[in-house]
Amino acid sequence: MSEHYLLRHRSVPHIDRLDVYRSQGGFEAFHKAVTSLKPGEVIEEIKKSGLRGRGGAGFPTGTKWGFLPNTLWPHYVVANADESEPGTFKDHEILESNPFQFLEGLMIAAYAVQAQRAYIYLRGEFWQLAQALDQRIAQLEADGLLGEDIFGTDYSLRLFTHLGAGAYICGEETALLESLEGKLGQPRLRPPFPATAGLYNSPTVINNVETLTNVPLIIGRGADWFRSFGTDKSPGLKIFSLSGCVNRPGNYELPLGCTFRELIYDHGGGIVQDHAIKAIMAAGASSVLIAATPEALETPMDYETTLEKFGAPLGSASIIVLDETVNMAWLAFKTIGFFKHESCGKCTPCREGTFWMNQIATRIMRGKATRADIHLLENVAQQIQGKCLCALGEFSIMAVLSSLKLFAKDFEQLIKVEHDG
Amino acid sequence: MTDKLVHLTIDNIPVSVPPDTLVVDAAKQAGINIPVFCYHPKLHPVGMCRMCLVEIGRPLLDRASGEFVRDADGAPKLQFSPKLETACTTPVTEGMVVITNSQKVADARREVLEFILTSHPLDCPICDKGGECPLQNLTMEHGPGQSRFLFDEKMHLDKHVPLGELIYLDRERCIQCGRCVRFQNEVADDPVIAFSQRGRALEIITQSTPGFDSIFSGNTTDICPVGALTTADFRFAARPWELKAAASICQHCAVGCNIVFNVRREALQGGRMVIKRVMPRQNEQVNEIWICDKGRFAYHYVESPQRLTQPMIRKDGALIEAEWDEALDLVAKKLTAYGASLVTLAGGRLSNEDLFNLYSLTHTQGGQAVLYSYMAGGDLTAQVGIPPQTDLGKLGAGCVILVIACDLHEEAPLWWLRIKAAAQRGASLIVLNPRTTRLDRYARHVIRYEYGAELAALSAFQPQSRGDLPEPVRSAVKTFQEAENVIILYGSEGLGLQESKALAHACAGLLIKTYHIGRSNNGLVAAWHNANLQGAWDMGFSPINNLAETLSKAGVTYVVATDPAGDDPQLAEALQHSGFLVVQDILMTETVKMADVFLPAQAYMERGGSYTSGERRLQRFYPAVPPPGNTLPDFAITARISQRLGRTAEEQSPARILLQIAATNPAYAEMDYQLLAQVHEQQPLMGRHDLYYGGTTYENRQGLGAHLSTAASRVEPLNIPDAPPPPVFPVQEGLLTVVPTTRLYDRGSLLIHSNLLHQRLAHPTLTMHPKTAEAYQLSRGQTAVMLLEKTPYRVEIDLDEDLPHGIALLPRSVGIPLNAPQAVKLRPES
Ligand SMILES: Cc1cc2nc3c(=O)[nH]c(=O)nc-3n(C[C@H](O)[C@H](O)[C@H](O)COP(=O)(O)O)c2cc1C
Ligand code: SF4
Ligand code: SF4
Ligand code: SF4
Ligand code: FES
Repeated sequence: MSEHYLLRHRSVPHIDRLDVYRSQGGFEAFHKAVTSLKPGEVIEEIKKSGLRGRGGAGFPTGTKWGFLPNTLWPHYVVANADESEPGTFKDHEILESNPFQFLEGLMIAAYAVQAQRAYIYLRGEFWQLAQALDQRIAQLEADGLLGEDIFGTDYSLRLFTHLGAGAYICGEETALLESLEGKLGQPRLRPPFPATAGLYNSPTVINNVETLTNVPLIIGRGADWFRSFGTDKSPGLKIFSLSGCVNRPGNYELPLGCTFRELIYDHGGGIVQDHAIKAIMAAGASSVLIAATPEALETPMDYETTLEKFGAPLGSASIIVLDETVNMAWLAFKTIGFFKHESCGKCTPCREGTFWMNQIATRIMRGKATRADIHLLENVAQQIQGKCLCALGEFSIMAVLSSLKLFAKDFEQLIKVEHDG
Repeated sequence: MTDKLVHLTIDNIPVSVPPDTLVVDAAKQAGINIPVFCYHPKLHPVGMCRMCLVEIGRPLLDRASGEFVRDADGAPKLQFSPKLETACTTPVTEGMVVITNSQKVADARREVLEFILTSHPLDCPICDKGGECPLQNLTMEHGPGQSRFLFDEKMHLDKHVPLGELIYLDRERCIQCGRCVRFQNEVADDPVIAFSQRGRALEIITQSTPGFDSIFSGNTTDICPVGALTTADFRFAARPWELKAAASICQHCAVGCNIVFNVRREALQGGRMVIKRVMPRQNEQVNEIWICDKGRFAYHYVESPQRLTQPMIRKDGALIEAEWDEALDLVAKKLTAYGASLVTLAGGRLSNEDLFNLYSLTHTQGGQAVLYSYMAGGDLTAQVGIPPQTDLGKLGAGCVILVIACDLHEEAPLWWLRIKAAAQRGASLIVLNPRTTRLDRYARHVIRYEYGAELAALSAFQPQSRGDLPEPVRSAVKTFQEAENVIILYGSEGLGLQESKALAHACAGLLIKTYHIGRSNNGLVAAWHNANLQGAWDMGFSPINNLAETLSKAGVTYVVATDPAGDDPQLAEALQHSGFLVVQDILMTETVKMADVFLPAQAYMERGGSYTSGERRLQRFYPAVPPPGNTLPDFAITARISQRLGRTAEEQSPARILLQIAATNPAYAEMDYQLLAQVHEQQPLMGRHDLYYGGTTYENRQGLGAHLSTAASRVEPLNIPDAPPPPVFPVQEGLLTVVPTTRLYDRGSLLIHSNLLHQRLAHPTLTMHPKTAEAYQLSRGQTAVMLLEKTPYRVEIDLDEDLPHGIALLPRSVGIPLNAPQAVKLRPES
């Protein structure tokens, strides 16, 4: 296997131990940043690298850091380790096996925006990872990498972990902040954006775990090195979480811009039992379905192409593969159930709409639906569209509308036999 | 307001509004209604319900020049966002184009309503909100005609959840708009209810013990846009359309909240008109659109079975029902016989008109007009009080509000709300009190003094005060001295009548010396313990120190609307000694039981009149229900007595009495009932068509009242009496000094009849610091016996680490006649 940079434990055993990580040049990037780069220079380097957020939206990371006003203090950095998107399991692997690289990235980010406190928000099920992180943070404090006056400078930083209570919505950055503040996890109204009024109303950067894990690489090896991977607009490496009807599901670290075919066939070993591939979900449950035509399989996976070609954002790059045995109405039913369960309930269309879609989809799955119900499902989904307070509600209809559009037959198969008088 | 206006168009109507105005409010000002559920003009927007979606276009800006990009005709090019936007969260910007009447917007409204209705029980026929329900109204206007959601698939939830004993939640009806939660957080600062769970399970819960522990809880039922929140008082009691509304003024404290009595004819009560509920009536200068729960729920005394409706005369030791003529003739005969030895003791709930007639009778008789009150200073507030054009709702930066010896949250709840809000707008709040109160957290400066040391604490603010003051006093004084406007508000925390008099005097003196008089937003305010104590002072009544002695020497005692014998055994004894006792009241009381003649009066909601609030706003109340039996208004009873003594007195029309008042008291010179009945449009709009916007608070159509002038604002010479001798704080070896405090839910004669509030009523509890308790060998929960003028009273001991040492607090009106600091003997109950 080729060299891994993000899933570095696959190349270097025991990189989850501080001594091993440091022996491999770990924390040199942090040292370099704190002792020889101005915060603005760190941000500049990240901007130059073109790194884009790996949490789903693909927003340029350096630009995000640059938004924080230097007139309002304190600043905070929050690592988003909520990883709750069905089919996404990359952050877990990083946190479990390459934790120091992530922590170093978080620390560099904190330095770049001059935050003296940074938080790691983990989904509740990651409690063991949180415990392990706590121990590692203690090690870093013992080693003088965290705490007061780091490397003899006047920069001080402390890290804290915080566990969520098992809500998908708490991965959404403003709901995450509410939850981190001890409140009910519901998204906030925007504006103001976290960059100006985030945690405790202070300027805050929120980044995904994988995004931050890229940071030491960029500061250590330079933006040009980073740009040697991936495409011009979507540079760098990306961890693709591959699941579904494939022979070898798992995380794959590949340059952005590699194609579905490479991932699914070259790396994932193709479809289980050599079935025909039917559809691809590129962004977990929040995906717009892509019909897996030969042409689609040749599409590069980056932040532009899938969106332009299929209206399907890459999101967190959790590629779920569906083969001919899967009925897409069932798939829609499953995603609806997920979103109905995870809707925070704050806004009407998502709270009521996901519940209603679930009633209709259940009817369809039980063979009790009529053709009118399918129309109704489509109608309800369209009625949700564009009206929600946050993206979760908008995600909830992606698979529904795209499956209805691309795989209408799958629905018709399930409708109640109609007696035409 | 020199801020430039922002110009935009809404449905092609040009609108100019101040910056930061929200689109929804800008539209309202242009007469365009954008439907809302979660938005409320008095709360921060949250954008949750998505009902207010509109199309918004903004002019394209040229990046380089910052100018609008214009098309060939010179019109700015617009950029519409692909999604509809929430009008309730979007502030206006220059050149904005808002469209609310397109098909797209109509579709969105229909769709959002359809969503809301999918989980709504649609039980309007049995819903208390039916008939005044925003969801009903907006559905009629914008909703779908038919349900596509299968009725059998509706979620069923608990429909009778008591959040507390006052407010019930119907979980099926809740549309999760969060107005109630935000009201409690933002306005009331009682974050005792919250959302819990998520998705369709999202529900309102209470987080306090007792449940929904807030004195403002009833307001949530007014702003709840559906029938999810109802009061224990009104739920299932009547349908809104059966109700008549009578404008009135709350009777329970000095704020003078504008209210409405909703009444209907009640079959179960033999077709009598009865009060079904109390609702707030908008007066942005008094109570805005809110009232406290005491105001809302404490009206039940009017239905008490102890109402007395027939005159009575003592014959052979017993009170026997009599005719009016007989009773009044007897009173007149006694008055003729005993001439000047008349003592009239009046309560602070009487109207100005009642008090005016009472005073005239007493004065012409050469008697003494005594006010039953433990607070003084009404003569001073009449001279240096806050004059017209003062509005607590507008105070902000540059203004100091100094609150001394007052637990405002308990003494005048709505003032607490408004002064808190003023502080949040930037007014500098200075709080001087011996212990922590709910106002402290909004104060810029908090100064603690020992009970009894209020004068010393205030003296630091004198202009000539020394420069060597300790913090936090020094900064507070600096703030005070730099203020453009100063309002001083005093209460009754730990004070008796003498202390109150001295404090009011010191406050007035300070304001005069620092020239904070006679101008709007400057002056003295008293947090009186009754609705019309200010009016009583204005009509010529004042309290006296030696009440018991005076009563015991009176030839004729005329006690009106108060129960001294019930309050205090000492006063009961004094009344035994006094000569002929005439008692005029509405309910059976201990004093009534002692009467030689009893005269049945009407409750204030049974007749008209006016009250003068603590801010000295003169406000009018109207009859709401017909008077029972053979009762008469107080002013009429007094007038009939006067007439029998050969004097003219107005007995028919309170309006004419106010004209007489106007002729004699310069502050009332311009006042008449027409003036008090005047209204002008108030923002936010309330009423029928605006139910969806502001809630069910009544629009004010019956009068906003009028602010009275002060001697200072009329630029008359002031007549400030000499400073009274500073009272001595009672401390005595072996005795514990007990100080009175005021509680909203006391056991006063009106409150005690409202069963609903019983759980919340104050108890005879002595609260002290644990160290103090230790010194007296007392512990929490223990019962002790307290000796007051030889009468033993049982009290329960409670501890509070926050209190100063060496004293104990006792609430007023809990059955123990302690209205001034007093050193008492205390022993554990054997
Ligand atoms: C419903 C919802 C769930 C999300 N869940 C996650 C998540 O689990 N992890 C994550 O990193 N970002 C998640 N996001 C994206 C975050 O809001 C945010 O954009 C991201 O953390 C920013 O980090 P990045 O710029 O490094 O990608 C979610 C967004 C939405 C709308
Ligand atoms: S879209 Fe769904 S998850 Fe997002 S705020 Fe609305 S109800 Fe909550
Ligand atoms: S109870 Fe009423 S005010 Fe509160 S959230 Fe529900 S609908 Fe809104
Ligand atoms: S604040 Fe005072 S006047 Fe207003 S409702 Fe309450 S008791 Fe009545
Ligand atoms: S979202 Fe605007 S009124 Fe609710």
